This record gives sequence, C-alpha cells and structure tokens, in this order.
Amino acid sequence: MTAPKTMFDKVWDTHVVHRAPGEPDLLYVDLHLVHEVTSPQAFAGLRLAGRRVRRPDLTLATIDHGVPTTDRHLGISDPLSKTQIDALVRSCEEFGITLFDIGDARQGIVHVIGPEQGISQPGMTIVCGDSHTATHGAFGALAFGVGTSEVEHVLATQTLPYGKPKSMAVTVTGSLPPGITAKDVILGIIARIGVAGGVGHVIEYRGDTIRSLSMAGRMTVCNMSIEGGARAGMIAPDETTFAYLEGRPYAPRGPDWDAAIQAWQALPTDQDATFDTEVHIEAADLVPYVSWGTNPAQTVPITATVPSPDLFDDPHDRESTDRALRYMGLKPGMPITDIALDRVFIGSCTNARIEDLREAARIVAGKKVHASIGAMVVPGSGLVKLQAEEEGLDEIFRDAGFEWREAGCSMCLGMNPDILAPGERCASTSNRNFEGRQGKGGRTHLVSPVMAAAAAIAGHFVDVREWEA
Amino acid sequence: MEPVVSIRATMAPLPRADIDTDQIMPKQFLKRVERTGYGEFLFHDWRRTPDGELDPNFVLNKPEYQDAGVLVTGRNFGGGSSREHAPWGLQDWGFRAIIAPSFADIFRTNCTKIGLLPVELSPKEVIWLTELAQHRPEAAVVIDLTDQTVTAEGFSSTFEIDGFVKHRLLHGLDDIEITLQRAEGIAEFEGQRPGYLPVLG
Repeated sequence: MTAPKTMFDKVWDTHVVHRAPGEPDLLYVDLHLVHEVTSPQAFAGLRLAGRRVRRPDLTLATIDHGVPTTDRHLGISDPLSKTQIDALVRSCEEFGITLFDIGDARQGIVHVIGPEQGISQPGMTIVCGDSHTATHGAFGALAFGVGTSEVEHVLATQTLPYGKPKSMAVTVTGSLPPGITAKDVILGIIARIGVAGGVGHVIEYRGDTIRSLSMAGRMTVCNMSIEGGARAGMIAPDETTFAYLEGRPYAPRGPDWDAAIQAWQALPTDQDATFDTEVHIEAADLVPYVSWGTNPAQTVPITATVPSPDLFDDPHDRESTDRALRYMGLKPGMPITDIALDRVFIGSCTNARIEDLREAARIVAGKKVHASIGAMVVPGSGLVKLQAEEEGLDEIFRDAGFEWREAGCSMCLGMNPDILAPGERCASTSNRNFEGRQGKGGRTHLVSPVMAAAAAIAGHFVDVREWEA
Repeated sequence: MEPVVSIRATMAPLPRADIDTDQIMPKQFLKRVERTGYGEFLFHDWRRTPDGELDPNFVLNKPEYQDAGVLVTGRNFGGGSSREHAPWGLQDWGFRAIIAPSFADIFRTNCTKIGLLPVELSPKEVIWLTELAQHRPEAAVVIDLTDQTVTAEGFSSTFEIDGFVKHRLLHGLDDIEITLQRAEGIAEFEGQRPGYLPVLG
C-alpha cells in the first residue's frame, strides 16, 4: 500500500521528469500561457542563444495587460504598448505559437481564456509569467506564476526546475450566508493568514463551502492565493468541474473524455493524507469585506470602522497601518459605509467572468450610478462580453450609467489608458490595493462584484446584505 | 549570469515591511521590451515627489547611498506581481544582494535567476544592519556565499540558501543549459503523457 497523498503530491509526482539528490525536481509543464508584458525578453533570449520553442503546441498566447478597452478600431495609441504587443505577435509567428490576438473574440485576460476554452484541466501543470496563474488551480491543476527567466526556460525546454513547496489546507465549512461571495471567502482567508501566511506553500482549499462554489467562484478563490503569499491554490475536481469542462473547445471528447474523467476522479487528496499547515474557517463567520489599506490583508467587515495603528502590537504593523492610512486618506474610527467613492471598476482576472457580471447586473438593474461616480465594466474576455450582450447585461449596465468596455486587464493594474487620477478613490473587484496599483496616487478598495455594484449606485460603500433585504 | 562568490559593499537601508513589486518597479515601466536600463525607474513613485522632482529624503536619493551595493529592508520583500523587472531594476541600480528577514517566493526565485543574491537574516540582525547603514553609511558588509556568512564591523552571522541555487550562483550557471542536457529524459517523458491532454494549434 502506498502512503496517502494530497492532490498536490499527486499532480507533482506525475510531472517529475528528473529527480536527483540535492537538486530541485525538473517538472514537466503541460500548458504555458504567455502574454505581452513578461515575454518579450524571454523570446529575445531564445533568439540570442539560437534556441527554439520546444512545444509551441502546448503554448497559448494572448494580449491582455496593455490592450485598450475602448475604441479598438483606432489602434493602440501608446507607442510603448504597441511595440510590446507587436513584439508578441511577431514572436508567435516566428515560433509557431497560437495567439488570441486583438480582434479575435477569444482574446481576453489570460486567466479567463484558459478555463473558458477548456484548456485548463484537472491534474495539469500550468505556468504563466503572471502571479495570478493560481486561478487555474480551481480545476485541480497545479498552476503557478513565474518570472521572465523561467518563461524563457519553459519556452526552451517545456520544463521547470522547481523546489517542492510545502502544503497547506484551508478548510471552509458551512453554508455561505446570503450576500457573501467567493470574493469574501478569499478576502476572509487572506485577512486570517496575512499577506505572507502562504509563503512557501501550495494551498488546497477544501470543505463543503468550497465544494458549493461554482467554477467562477472557485477561480476567484484560487486567483488570490498569491495575495496570501502562496505559490499556488488548488481545489479538487468534482462533478461541478466536469460539467463546466464538457463540450468546451479544448476539452477531451469521446473515449478521451472517459479516460480523462477516470484520471481526474483519482486526483482528490487521499483520506489520511496530511498537510504541513492547516487553517479552518467557518463560513458563518464570513462577511462582506472591504480593504481599507494598501495590501490585501488590510481588510475589515463592511460593518466595521477604519482601524487605528494603536490596535497593533508589532511596531512594523503600526508603521505600515499609519503609512497606509495616510496614503488612503482615511482617519481611524471612520465607518466603512461613510467612505465616498469616485470610481467603480468591475473587472480583472479575479472577477470578470459571466457569473460575476450577472451578479453585479442584478444589483444595478433599474437603478442609476451615483452622480459623483464614474463606473465601468470590463469583461474578462471577448466571449464573456458576447455572452453578456446576448443576455442583455450590457444594456442593464449602460442604462444604469456604467461604461461597457472591451476585454482586458484594464484598471486592475492600469498598464493601458484605464487609470485612476491621483487621489481618486475606487471600489474595485480586482486583487491588489497596493500603492499606485491603479494609477499613481490612486486609492483602491477591494470588494466583491455585488459590493462594487451597490457602491456604484449609493456613491459610498453599503452593506449588500441590507441592500438585498 | 555572472558568478556570485563574495560581495563587499556598503548598504542602503529601507526598513519597511511587505514592499511589493509594484513599488519596486511601477507598471508604467513594464512596457519596455528590453532587459536592461530599469535602474532609473527603481522605486520610481517613492523616489519622486508628486510633481515629479527627486525627493531628497528618500534613501536612494541621498548622496551617501549612491554607491550602495546591498539593500537592507523589511520582511516579506518583493510580494505581489511576478514581474522580473523588479530584480532587473535593483541589479541595474547597482545592488548585488538584498538582506531581509524574509522574501516573497517568486521574487526570490527571480533574483537567483539573474545573480542577485537574496540573504535572509533574523529580524534582529536586519535591524542591527539597518541601524549601522543609517548611522555609518560608509560601513561595508561582506557577504560570502561559499561560507554563507555575513560580516560587518562588530557583526557576524550565517544564512541559509538552497544548495543547488548556491551551486548555480557560485558558478554562474545557465539553468536552460543544464536542463537541455536532460533532453532525452524530457522526450521520454513526453512519450508517456496521456493522450487526452490538450494540444494547441
């Protein structure tokens, strides 16, 4: 009898190409996702060394970070972004890589299109030069972000030397209270473990609360694993996963489908397997969260007030709280519901799937965006946009006063023209509230799509649980 | 990659916790397709006042730290985005090592791929070196990778580093070259991959 294994162990063990004492394992990469920002220097490195892309057929590229979300017919006005995007187009032609280019309905945020196309599947290893690659772990894949040197390594060899991280189980149990979303689940987890709580670990999210989530919700949870410092996040595949995948363009068919299902059903963590670290959270304790500071662990419940630096024992925490409050222009003791907003952004690889847009549309239907607010919806992919338009969601958003944009990363990181002005305050469904993240001097509050939608109407944060009552 | 054996340099102190890569290299500089020249953008938004002038109070703008080769900073340095532009910027500015109580995973890996040495010391030791750098900017620190030691006047400590990473750094080895020697094993592995796995094109 073999020792019980975690799902992470199983995926790891089936991808080791080479193992030797004193060396990191050499892992095979089943899918390499590429975008324009972290790849040009890697392709340049290949050319310099006269190397080829080993497996262009296991590599998928798209353009998402720098792409404009409006007036696409005018082209890309930023010359640097244009150069970068042109470079990716040329590299894909030169090395024979499939590219979902601007103008292709399948173009979109790299972490939205992989699942959407059915390319991200259980048991796979997936890497991308982007820290939010853990998103694909929602399928029971081992998916992690890498730097440009590693992108070059994967292009050249389809493998990566990687020291095996530790394992962490985050178990969430119980029914989610009304108004609480997957975003609140992960914000609650990060508030608990901190921004470095997951460093050196791969997290498996477990428990009936996690199993009750849709694939979109699971992707939201896994997406923000890096905000807790973790290498990756995973969720065991089940009937929800299989139902999502079946029939998608790159999902297996016929006998392949049957073989895949059989393999995928063997992936979940064995009953007696143990984890290096365990965290348990009750769903009943979760609330709608709003970030008040400049890292994703600096969040409080919507019913709370802005914290005081005096609440923290650690001098570093006091200093960083004080610094964050000054940057955010907030005073301790201020109720979160009194925070007035200038902008609302619904989008990003965390929350720009069709399910996210449906939830937000339900909140804003028949209402008007507050006069002081500029609000926008940026679908995660061209196909999400088309689906939303088919369902009439675009009209609901437009009638309410939202801008309805083209797909891309957009204001999550402001590498395209969608940025906050200095001092502007934004309710954002994205993943990072770092200083300057959405534009130099911009102030970001992370929330769920329904919380962002409700705030857009009210002009300030509101408790979406009362909104719905 | 240039081999890293021993580093002797002065230190620049930046005692803040959780400095993320958005601060180290803001996104507006990620549009370049080059691998060099990022030093001038390092900590861009912290180095400048809101009207774009260099802030004389920021450590990297002070004359006494212009030649610093080691950054001494707070816990969980380099979190957030995987952008290798952050270590590129630190290296291009002139840093050869970073001393902190802890590092974010992707950032640490990115550093070791380009020969920028991440050195983990205890929080107390980091505070000691920070204060030394603040009070005596001319004080040098010596980091010896072979012995895994950090020494300065009145200070001596050791640090941990993965044995293989150390070997690669000491000899300036190219990861890709090492892996390409395993091409046969990779091909063999590929021959056994399940047929249901997705293929593009």
